[in-house]
Formats: sequence, C-alpha cells, structure tokens
Amino acid sequence: MKSIYGKKIGMTQIFDENGKMVPVTVVLAGPCTVTQVKTQEKDGYSAIQIGLDEQKPKRVRKPQLGAFTKSNVKPFKMLREIRTEGGDTFTVGQSLGAEVLEGTKWVDVVGVSKGKGFQGVIKRHKARGGDHGHGSMFYRAPGSIGASSDPSRVIKGVKMPGHMGDEQVSAIRLKLMKIDTQRNLLLIRGAVPGANRSLVMVKASRRGGK
Amino acid sequence: MDIKELLKSVTADQMKKRIPQFAPGDVVKIHLKIKEGDKERIQIFEGVIIARRGVGIGETFKVRRIASGVGVERTFMIHSPLIDKLQVVKHGKVARAKLYYLREKTGKQAKIKELGRDKLLQLQATEVKAMEAEQAQSALEAAQTAAHEAKAEAAKA
Repeated sequence: MKSIYGKKIGMTQIFDENGKMVPVTVVLAGPCTVTQVKTQEKDGYSAIQIGLDEQKPKRVRKPQLGAFTKSNVKPFKMLREIRTEGGDTFTVGQSLGAEVLEGTKWVDVVGVSKGKGFQGVIKRHKARGGDHGHGSMFYRAPGSIGASSDPSRVIKGVKMPGHMGDEQVSAIRLKLMKIDTQRNLLLIRGAVPGANRSLVMVKASRRGGK
Repeated sequence: MDIKELLKSVTADQMKKRIPQFAPGDVVKIHLKIKEGDKERIQIFEGVIIARRGVGIGETFKVRRIASGVGVERTFMIHSPLIDKLQVVKHGKVARAKLYYLREKTGKQAKIKELGRDKLLQLQATEVKAMEAEQAQSALEAAQTAAHEAKAEAAKA
C-alpha cells in the first residue's frame, strides 16, 4: 500500500540537487489514523479505512460516533478508504504519514479541481472563437452544433457551454522531490489539482519510468 | 501551524543565512561554481547590479557587464547553491531601483558614481548592527538549547 491522503498546502520553489530551481507543491500527508481494517474474508476485499482531521464528538452523527467508539479511535472529519494487498498488516489506531511513500520516485495525485462555474466553450473546451472586427459579430459563440433535417437532433456529447471544474482530476507521474517524515510533508514537482487546503490523495505512480 | 508559515518553512533550510548588503548600482563579483564532468571550478562574473526583485527563496538580481564590447546581462538567484560567494566591490550612487537605462548608454555615460563617504559609513554601521544582532540571536538560541538540555537532564535525574 503506497498511497496516503493529505492536504494541499500550496506551491513554492526549491533548488534541486543540480542547483536548479524547480516548482513544487507542498502536501501535508495526514497524519491519518487507521479506523477500520477490511479483509477479503469478511468484506470481500482488503482495504483500510483511514480518518483525517480530528473532530469534536458532538459534531459527529451518533451512528458514526458509535463506530468510532467501538473501534476505540478519536472521531474524524473525513473518512476514506485505501485498497491494500492482502499481505500488508495494519492495526486499528495505527498512524500513517508521509513515511508510507518512502523510496517512491514518481507519484500520482488525485484531487478535486477548483470550480470555475458556468463557462463558455472557449474556456471550457478550448474552442477557438471567431475573428473580431469588421462587424463579424461572432466572438465567443459555440458555432454550429450539428447538421439540419438529417439527423434533426443534436448528437450526444457535442461540446457546449456548462459547468466547469469541481470534478475529480488526476495528475499523473509527478516527481516526488522530497519527503519530510518528521513534519509529514511531501514536496511534489509541479502543480496538483485543487485549491489550497483541499484534500488530495497521493499514491505511488504505476508509470515508473527512469 | 499556519499554512503560509508551513510553506515558508519548507524553503528555510535552503535560504542563505548571510547575504552581503547590496543594491542596484553596486559593482559585484559573483563566484560561480561550474561543473565540468566530475570536476568543479569557480568562475567569476563581475558587473553592475541593475535590478533586484522578489522575496524569499525566489529573490533574484540582474548583473550587467560589457564583455568584449558586447553588453551581457545575467540573472542570478540570490539563494542559489551555485553561487559560492558574493563580493561587493563598489557601492554605487544611483537614483532609481532599476537601472535599465544603462543599456542605451556607452562609455563615460554608462559610468556610475561611487557612494559618498557618509552613506558608506551608514551602510557599514547597519552591516555591523546586523552582524551583532545575528550573534546575539545565535547566542540566545545556544542558551535556550542549553537550558532545554539542562531541564531534560534534571527531569531524568
């Protein structure tokens, strides 16, 4: 299991080993607490449930609070699941942090992108738009959305204006520049989806490469 | 910890502790580490500082020099590990923060007057002050850690 949930802190720059400046995103990895261990025999698949950000007991719904007290862990704001391979051993109450990704060079980061609201085709689908001037009157409009009486309808999936952003986005194969296990910080090269302070999942990339 | 402080703390260990006082108009010698194969040597770039911008680890400065009749400008990162040493040769007297007008001037017109004696003394005084403050700070820290250790010892005993 080489993945962890964390919070995007923000972006900054650091010097790499060659003295070159590189942009990095700082992610505060956990610390997450294992709140439940799911097994193949009992649940049909193996995974761990982890909690992030402690919460006051009175702010948690009672059935959920019951689950927390039963497994003898503190209440959390967020619960997430991470799939595990059967071989790993985890215990309820165990704390996980940045050390999970030790020895990893490339990571994938999954987050929820910033909401952009209702956007036109130029911003949303990178449409070109019309040429301005000489009274063209065709600036940022979507243009034709299909043929005429045949087929007499708009084909499904035609790119049109609508809501943009606020959806799950994965940034694949980003270099993990540095791991600070003491402060649970991950420095990931480049940008990561989502706003600062938002929840992201960092996992070892399957696309290794050199 | 506050999110902004956390971000700053990430770069803290790469920031240089001591940076000599310099400003646009100054003539500086920059000792650069150059890697050739597995050998490393020092190359010196000397010129006039024409701009300084940015904060934190991203702070940079521009240096202009005339190399074999051609104007050459280079931008350096102040905290770059590739800069071995920064030497201020002369403090110049200039009236603006960005000296881009030097690009159009040649010969005597491109000359910058040196800072007057009073201003130089002032600069020196602030430098001495900074040094003293730094020493005081490190002394304080040393005392704190000593006190901390003493406490830990006492707790042990």
